Amino acid sequence: MKRGFHGMVARLKVTLWSLIVPPTVWAVHFLFSYLWAAIHCAKVGGFPRLPILYAVGTVAALAIILAAGIVAHLQSRVPGDPAPHEESTDSDRIRFLAFSTVLLAALSFVGVVFTAAPVLFLTDCR
Amino acid sequence: MSLHAQDDPALRAAQEERLRAVWKAPQGIFLRWTDCNNNRVGAWYTLTAFGFMLFAGVLALIMRTQLAVPDNDLVSANSFNQLFTLHGSMMMFLFAVPMFEAVSIILLPQLLGARDLPFPRLSAFGYWSFLIGGIFVGGSIFFNAAPDGGWFMYPPLTTRTDLSGLGADIWMLGLSFIEVSSVAAAVELIVGVLKCRPPGMRLNLMPLYAWYILVVAVMILFAFPPLIAGDILFEMERLLNWPFFDVTRGGDPLLWQHLFWIFGHPEVYIVFLPSIALFAMMIPTFAQRHLLGYPWIVLAAVGTAFLSFGLWVHHMFATGLPKISLAFFSAASEAVAIPTGIQIFAFIATLWAGKVKWSTPLLYASGSLAIFVIGGLTGVMVAIAPFDWQAHDTYFVVAHLHYVLIGGTLLPLFGGLYYYWPLITGKKLSDKLGRTAFWMLFVGANLTFFPMHFSGLYGMPRRVFTYPSELGIDYLNLASTMGAYLFALGTLVVCIDLARSPWRPKAVRNPWHAGTLEWLAHPDDEDWGIRSVPLIESRYPIWDQKDFVKKVDEGRFFLPDAEEGRRETIVTTVLDARPLYVVRLGTPSWVPMLTAIALGSVFILTTYHLYWWSLAGAVATLGFVLYWLWTGTAEIPEKPSKPIGHGIELPLYVSGSAAPGWWAMFITMMADATAFSGLVFGYYFFWTVHPEFPPSGPGMDGPGTFWPMVSLGVALLSWGATVGARGTNRRGGVGVARALLVVGIVASLAGIWTGLQGPLTTGLDPELHSYPAIVWTLVIWTTAHAGVGAIMQAYALARSIAGRMTPTHDADIRNITVYQHFMALTAIVTYATIGLFPGVA
Repeated sequence: MKRGFHGMVARLKVTLWSLIVPPTVWAVHFLFSYLWAAIHCAKVGGFPRLPILYAVGTVAALAIILAAGIVAHLQSRVPGDPAPHEESTDSDRIRFLAFSTVLLAALSFVGVVFTAAPVLFLTDCR
Repeated sequence: MSLHAQDDPALRAAQEERLRAVWKAPQGIFLRWTDCNNNRVGAWYTLTAFGFMLFAGVLALIMRTQLAVPDNDLVSANSFNQLFTLHGSMMMFLFAVPMFEAVSIILLPQLLGARDLPFPRLSAFGYWSFLIGGIFVGGSIFFNAAPDGGWFMYPPLTTRTDLSGLGADIWMLGLSFIEVSSVAAAVELIVGVLKCRPPGMRLNLMPLYAWYILVVAVMILFAFPPLIAGDILFEMERLLNWPFFDVTRGGDPLLWQHLFWIFGHPEVYIVFLPSIALFAMMIPTFAQRHLLGYPWIVLAAVGTAFLSFGLWVHHMFATGLPKISLAFFSAASEAVAIPTGIQIFAFIATLWAGKVKWSTPLLYASGSLAIFVIGGLTGVMVAIAPFDWQAHDTYFVVAHLHYVLIGGTLLPLFGGLYYYWPLITGKKLSDKLGRTAFWMLFVGANLTFFPMHFSGLYGMPRRVFTYPSELGIDYLNLASTMGAYLFALGTLVVCIDLARSPWRPKAVRNPWHAGTLEWLAHPDDEDWGIRSVPLIESRYPIWDQKDFVKKVDEGRFFLPDAEEGRRETIVTTVLDARPLYVVRLGTPSWVPMLTAIALGSVFILTTYHLYWWSLAGAVATLGFVLYWLWTGTAEIPEKPSKPIGHGIELPLYVSGSAAPGWWAMFITMMADATAFSGLVFGYYFFWTVHPEFPPSGPGMDGPGTFWPMVSLGVALLSWGATVGARGTNRRGGVGVARALLVVGIVASLAGIWTGLQGPLTTGLDPELHSYPAIVWTLVIWTTAHAGVGAIMQAYALARSIAGRMTPTHDADIRNITVYQHFMALTAIVTYATIGLFPGVA
């Protein structure tokens, strides 16, 4: 199973598009948060005390970021050239993009947690 | 061409002679302005932006003089309004953003080992647009007609024609024109970074400056268009009385604030990141080692770019939005401190790990970091909503933003000036004058802006033209004024240093012993950019690759010749920089300048309500653009391929996603789609602010469902015909492809008519209420795009008939298909919104 998973990860490409998956998820979650609050406050007149939709959206965002981070982490360990991995080779380019994706996933994870935190504390639209 | 051949000095001399002839700059008093070489256009651009900076600085000095003592009457309140509005607007739109573009146009080809950027004429067009728009906006103050509503131009003060004069139109239309040139520069820089890197320079070896520029240019694509959308609504209100921001007729001034700050906050990072990028080039040089944490810097650049789009409401904390919304933006505002901090720590770590050479540029870099960090810390303070409510619209905010912009933009640029002056002119600036100026600037900035924190907290509001002595802030203001004069003197010392440069001797090549590619530049530089395009194996090739400089100079790398007498550079793949093809570059021409003049006339004449003349300007612009495209793009080469050395043969024509032109279209349409989404945001924004939406009543019931759905069908027909024409053309069915293009043209033109039928037949009156106004705006946007689509389809048809587009040379039709994809998306969103959403709501 593990080999299968690793094999699947290895076949995924590392590109500029995959690099921006985690921050894009942050951005979508941020927009979702803003719209969720704006529409509830303007159209419903207040948001629910147990915001299930919001919780599901947030957990989904965190899960995607986590998955992107784990995949990138595995990709960043592509064996190949010696450290410090600054050569003009396929493996160093993959390692670089994958490691940068891991870092962005970490930042995006924190970003989503930051964004979601106020919903735990604020309970009305004032 | 083997390595062996380049051993022959006679061959090398012959190659150099050919390169020199091809890249020869146009001579003569008039002709020299037709140049489009990045070195020259970049230099004009930089000097112009620097000039606007000095002008805007003088405006600030007049303001500080007025505020030196209480109850001063040096300038009137009205003049003071114009002064601060123009100071802010010019510093942002005519200095900070254009300066980054200017510096990048000079540096980027050198950093990437390219002969020039992919679209030299586009750079020239951007420059002329900038110059015309800049003079138009800046010059208005001499006619007492400058904008006076503050640099963010909040309605209703600025949209009511009885409260604001021509200045508001000058701001909107003049700066919209400059935004066009910014988007043009963004296209140029993105395609440059992604497609014009030298072979071997994979993404992981790209100079960090290029990473930052890529990120910032992408930010421009998503940040500027919402402002363009806002400008459109704003001018519709001022010129046509369509009430987008008028509360009495269903408008809302907050919509402008949203659109402005969706632009305005990323803007801060758009001007900050390129300056930090200069640090990323300087610091390894003066630490004499590789920069530590390369991927961390990339994280910081990309992370900041994303987060910066989640900050805009922190400028609107005091507008009464729900606290929960404020909290989201407050959270993102705090989060952005993380990547910003990471890059500063990476710089400090690099200096710590290396052997530091204390040079003048490094002095500027470290001084500006200190100032920036103070601005960053007050930024963290005002990002907390309750504190912001106290400090909002006071001098505390003025202090904060100037610390950020002086530490994050201005002083780094001065550092970059001292660092890169030898690269551009071949001469070093004076260390003595540079250091003297630095201390004057450093002390001056702190003396000006630090007291403002206190004058703000004591209650001095922004933008007041005077203050009473009873407020107890006399000495704080006097200190600020003295600091401003000291700062101005420091700038004067820099100017003196620059002015003395022509009389100084040439410096040695690479005087700072830097390791990056741009320092290949020779003090007695040639116009060809780089002698041969190198193979890159390291982030610091001059340090790490054996005999690197010698090999480049002797033409031992790629493309050492210009056999066919054409300006050329190599296009490579995005990820791994594998050579793809040789692109022929634009040569000096009047067309970019004439296009800029024609387009400028559209904006300027509209300001004075001369609509027929402005229409004539628009027709002229279209004519120039078509001439430019017809004569200068997608040319079928005289032979399919050419050798670039080392046994590599590259094609001279590619189409589709391998070609720079395709990328330029794609990127432009991303910007276009973003502007459109700003308008769509407006529609749904009105939905959230009105209990009943769409409103009912005469002139407001529409546009129905029938015509929008017909229009959608017609738009999709036009799209399908174009996609079909692309496919059949490639398979050799030229006749069928032409017929399909005719179908496309007819469908596009029909789309204009059907699109307008919805609001016309239902009698929607755009002056009545914001709902009909926004529906009309969406329809006009979409039908105008259909019209442009028809012109493009006709262009492709004409190219095919003229034999300039064939089944194997199909760049034109592939590029217009990209447009049609976006056009179809626009039609779907518009017609689904206006036709179906009222039923759902």
